[in-house]
Amino acid sequence: MRETFDGLLDFLPRIPLGDTIEAFVDWLTNAEAFFNGLRGGIAGVTNGFLWLLELLPAVILILLLTGLAYWVVRNQEKKWGLPSLVFFGLLLIHSLEYWDDLMLTLALVLTATAISIVIGVPVGIWMARNNYVQMIITPVLDFMQTMPAFVYLIPAVAFFSIGIVPGVVASVIFAMPPTVRLTNLGIRQVPTEMIEAAEAFGSTPNQKLVKVQLPQAQVTIMAGINQTIMLALSMVVIAAMIGTDGLGREVYYAVGRNDIAMGFEAGISIVILAIMLDRMSQAFNRNAK
Amino acid sequence: MSEIKVEGLTKIFGKRPKQGLKLLDEGKTKDEILEETGLTVGVNKADFEVDQGEIFVIMGLSGSGKSTLVRLLNRLIEPTGGKVWLNDEDLAAMDDKQLREVRRKKMGMVFQKFGLFPFRTILDNVVYGLEVQGISEEDRMQKAQNALELVGLKGYENQYPDQLSGGMQQRVGLARALANDPPILLMDEAFSALDPLIRKDMQDELLDLQTKMQKTIIFITHDLDEALRIGDRITIMKDGAIVQVGTPEEILTNPANDYVERFVEDVDRSKVYTVKNIMVRPETVNLEKDGPRVALQRMRDADISSIYVTNKNRELEGICHAAEVSAAVKEDAKDLRPLLHTEVPTVDEETPVHDVFDMVSTSNVPIAVVDENNRLRGIVIRSKVLAALSGKEVNLDA
Ligand SMILES: Nc1ncnc2c1ncn2[C@@H]1O[C@H](COP(=O)(O)OP(=O)(O)O)[C@@H](O)[C@H]1O
Ligand SMILES: [Mg+2]
Repeated sequence: MRETFDGLLDFLPRIPLGDTIEAFVDWLTNAEAFFNGLRGGIAGVTNGFLWLLELLPAVILILLLTGLAYWVVRNQEKKWGLPSLVFFGLLLIHSLEYWDDLMLTLALVLTATAISIVIGVPVGIWMARNNYVQMIITPVLDFMQTMPAFVYLIPAVAFFSIGIVPGVVASVIFAMPPTVRLTNLGIRQVPTEMIEAAEAFGSTPNQKLVKVQLPQAQVTIMAGINQTIMLALSMVVIAAMIGTDGLGREVYYAVGRNDIAMGFEAGISIVILAIMLDRMSQAFNRNAK
Repeated sequence: MSEIKVEGLTKIFGKRPKQGLKLLDEGKTKDEILEETGLTVGVNKADFEVDQGEIFVIMGLSGSGKSTLVRLLNRLIEPTGGKVWLNDEDLAAMDDKQLREVRRKKMGMVFQKFGLFPFRTILDNVVYGLEVQGISEEDRMQKAQNALELVGLKGYENQYPDQLSGGMQQRVGLARALANDPPILLMDEAFSALDPLIRKDMQDELLDLQTKMQKTIIFITHDLDEALRIGDRITIMKDGAIVQVGTPEEILTNPANDYVERFVEDVDRSKVYTVKNIMVRPETVNLEKDGPRVALQRMRDADISSIYVTNKNRELEGICHAAEVSAAVKEDAKDLRPLLHTEVPTVDEETPVHDVFDMVSTSNVPIAVVDENNRLRGIVIRSKVLAALSGKEVNLDA
């Protein structure tokens, strides 16, 4: 009985989905020159950030970041929470001897965020200006966000080998969608009368964008960037699987060795970094209002 | 010469609007076209001319196509058919660049909800139209400053729109439209979002400015009182079509059809409301019981300078004046009778407000409202009549 029914589906050929994708990936791998260039570029940006971060002795950087934290919350009632969190948090990470890892992770997050903004904001603007573009890109963004993040490691390794660069690439794919989405949303939400005013006084499309739509959408766009930063950070542990160094690797090793102490220390360092980045970018956004 | 000339101007919203154009030519109505095709007729073959220096009011109920029509004049909305001529230039024939030039130099626009930029200071809002033209910083700041002074907002340059009241925000909107000194102003329900008193002020101020500036103003409103106050000519729209164009006099005395007539009826509220709707409860004294001291006390308590006197059946006997009563009290008089003035202005409850208008404006005491038995029902005071004439505070349940 059972066999008979199973047999009904025998006429279906095996669809070579995996093989096809593999062939495609093979072909892309041949575009080596291109990917090598890209790889060099991304590595350059990451190393640039890293160089900048390591330019100063840790003490000075801690003080500078504390000062920056004070500066972003200067207009708010509770001025001392964030600066103290930054100061003591960074001291703790330093004393746990994760300073170098922190710098690497920070460089990775900054690079991924910068690339996400440079690509994401223009794409968001394009989506806002054209309904067809929105129709096409929205499902792509959905796909990028719902696909398990691990999956991005495969093409990232295929094209960029291992190390920090594929880590950045996987982070960008995973973290960029909120920036795109919220740029699109922010621009579309600009009140009609404001757009009409911009047009009625003779703005060119670019003047309208720069002088009215982007400033009005700014708070929304920044909220998207904040999410992008957090998602990029959430990729660091996953990226460790393909040899990306930093705090993520420490956590990944600790898990592999079942080392609770090390896992906790590296984990708490990531949490501190996450809270710092989140609060600082949010406070920055509040100031912009 | 006419500054703006509109011929057969039509806007149909929806997919394949040309189809609707054909149906309009066949004489179909807005409702029929919507039912047959799902297309919305925004403006239906409008024809009119506006002269230089004129305030041309477009009025009609909500949805009658006023906003669409005014946006066809600067092509914020592209027409489906018909022509707009600006000083004999065809607006539809202009390319983007020419159109921008027209918007920058020839027309300013003021919006119902102000349309200000919340992230810019007042000065930076006003300067916007000059900024996009690339006028030098110094020049444009000077012009913006002048425009702000013109609308009485000097000193607010560095505030943000949300720090200002509605009336002041709309002054900013007006200043922004004037900064560049364009010959034409488009005002879409510019004062409709303001409360009535501020609205009157703004109307007066616009008229004031207009005597100085002599702009050509297209002013949209859904309020006939406002239209009558500020319009040199008024056009009335219904379902996207123009029903009548004329001076306020012509519209009031010669309404083109029932639709206009209903509008016009509505405006002259004094003919509709009666004394009953506006009378108030009077302070009184009882001639048989109360003496001069009581009368004086009541007048002081109510802060009035005369008081009506009745008998115990509330029949009107006359009126006493505070000055005389107070003199009598000093001489220790006990009786009100010698102080009584029996000649008082009276009306009955059903008298139209319109008819008491002359009475209240010449009489220095409130008008007594009495019934057929001469019983005092209420009094009419001047402020209530004025309020009723301007359409406020009327007690329709009375
Ligand atoms: N963008 C649009 N799309 C479809 N229909 C519209 C649009 N704008 C206005 N309309 C319709 O056109 C008609 C006139 O609207 P409008 O000009 O805003 O009227 P008013 O300003 O007199 O209230 C209404 O029936 C309205 O629903
Ligand atoms: Mg309207």
